[in-house]
Amino acid sequence: MEDIKKRIKNIKLWNGIFSIVSLLSTFVGLVLLFALMTDLFMDGAPRISYKFFTSFPSRFPEEAGILSAWVGTLLLILVTAFAAIPLGVAAGIYLEEYAGKNWFTDIIEINIANLAGVPSIIYGLLALGIFVYFFKFGESVLTGGLALALLILPMVIMATREAIRAVPNSIREASYAVGATKWQTVKWHIIPYSTGGILTGIIIGLSRAIGETAPIITVGALTFIAFLPASPVSTEFPFISFKWLLDPFTVMPIQIFNWVSRPQQGFHVNAAAAGIVLLVMTLFMNAAAIYIRYRFRKKIKW
Amino acid sequence: MLKKFLIGEMVLMLLSAVIAMSVTAEDKIIKIDGSSTVYPVTEAVAEEFQAAKRGSVRVTVGISGTGGGFKKFCRGEIDISDASRPILKKEMDSCKEQGVEYIELPVAYDGLAIMVHMKNTWVNSVTVADLKKMWEPAAQGKIKKWNQVRPAWPDAALKLFGPGADSGTFDYFTEAINGKSKASRGDFTASEDDNILVQGIAGDKNALGYFGLAYYDENKDKLKLVPVDGGQGPVLPSEKTVMDGTYQPLSRPIFIYVNKNSMSKPELKEFVAFYLKQAPKLVKQVKYIPLPSTAYKLAEERFAKSRTGTMFGGEAKVGVKIEDLLQMEDRK
Repeated sequence: MEDIKKRIKNIKLWNGIFSIVSLLSTFVGLVLLFALMTDLFMDGAPRISYKFFTSFPSRFPEEAGILSAWVGTLLLILVTAFAAIPLGVAAGIYLEEYAGKNWFTDIIEINIANLAGVPSIIYGLLALGIFVYFFKFGESVLTGGLALALLILPMVIMATREAIRAVPNSIREASYAVGATKWQTVKWHIIPYSTGGILTGIIIGLSRAIGETAPIITVGALTFIAFLPASPVSTEFPFISFKWLLDPFTVMPIQIFNWVSRPQQGFHVNAAAAGIVLLVMTLFMNAAAIYIRYRFRKKIKW
Repeated sequence: MLKKFLIGEMVLMLLSAVIAMSVTAEDKIIKIDGSSTVYPVTEAVAEEFQAAKRGSVRVTVGISGTGGGFKKFCRGEIDISDASRPILKKEMDSCKEQGVEYIELPVAYDGLAIMVHMKNTWVNSVTVADLKKMWEPAAQGKIKKWNQVRPAWPDAALKLFGPGADSGTFDYFTEAINGKSKASRGDFTASEDDNILVQGIAGDKNALGYFGLAYYDENKDKLKLVPVDGGQGPVLPSEKTVMDGTYQPLSRPIFIYVNKNSMSKPELKEFVAFYLKQAPKLVKQVKYIPLPSTAYKLAEERFAKSRTGTMFGGEAKVGVKIEDLLQMEDRK
């Protein structure tokens, strides 16, 4: 009896110790994150103003702004989304719904899984070789956007597949049972049911792309850009212009990096302020992803 | 939802055709890349130039380092290359092979400052020989204490800080002090980010380091500047001593190289003329040291005559006065 009591006591002790260690580990992460964010906000928050968003970079820290950087980031993400979403979703659907189980699809699967872990600078080098030197797109928004699209493509494919896999097989069978073809099944059942998961994956991928610096530096994003790419809409025929695709650009992370390496304290403040903007952009996208997932989950009733 | 994506895909295909069309409508754009040391000067000029032209000419400035800049320059990808040292033999050959001729224009002086901790009481000046003792490749693992350099200095660890090997500043310092570019001991704290060096030196009583004078200017309250004795007594780097050439051997001219093929663009000619004209004012604003006014005059002439080639013959020269070089050329 005494023996058992002792053992229970011992086990309970370990139980307590482990929960305390876990709690502490969680706190280390939280406290560090909190400290970093507070530091960033203390440094940068006073610098954020309307003018900061509407000014070009300058040699005077108090006059410098992030106009060309945030516009560049936005355009880049637009190109990335246009390239990565159709390709990634289509590939995901093919692999889940159409592809047979054989050695060839196995190879593709392994490759995609591996691609997701390739360091981002490698994608930059790939893009430099293909888009800059082979296709001669130059150091442009198009090149940068496509480089980031390559980077997030594996993530989009994987997210699509996960989402499709979550659709129960009974749905497919029911669809076939009433005489639907494969395409009809995919179009009317698989895609609507998995849209929430797919969109979540896409947004998480895009929010990662926003913060990427390495591939963008490799393809040659420039540091000092005091103009905006050509406007996509114009008042003359044909109203839409794609000239901006080939314009040089800069993005938020590069602007931050440039400011951090300056000697003047004022630029460091600017860097912190730009860091806050970038952080808020990412948080906003992640929040959108969570919201979309929630909405679509609620809608689906099987 | 996905329908929209498919439409997007079709739009993307159409794009390539539109792109091909829009390329023909050439913009007024000037592309500059190269040294991070020259960057602040070029950035200032680009900012003012674009303001003066009300945005009708677009100027981009990148930072690829002097070497990286020359690579792009010789491939004809950029109009102007920022360089913190003269073009090297290797780069001259590469440019020649690819048919790129260039006009070499000095735009400012940059001084390298030797810095120690604020509370360092023993160093009042260093000679070039002292610096060599500390930094030469043979010092690696051997010179670890201050009193090994000069017996009068204390028996304390010597902590060295300097720029990394990709930096033009490193190239110049090693050339000037150790007699051979890139020849340096490897066991020092190296960083491409000068702010890290500032923090390192400011936080260690036994530290000594070097970097561009502009960074000292912003951190005067944290660091102690050391006068350098180049043979004629200790001299503190300042606008005056760098400009008149008494702060030797640690001051150097920095350059822009203009692609001769780009000279057909009127906006480029205008930009370079603007650069040389505004340089005295703008160089000071970004804490570099302007060349003497005669040197800017000579550079303007050189540009007007579009005289190609380098004044340095593919080697780094230490302790030259830029107006002497420019005049030497004219006498030839």
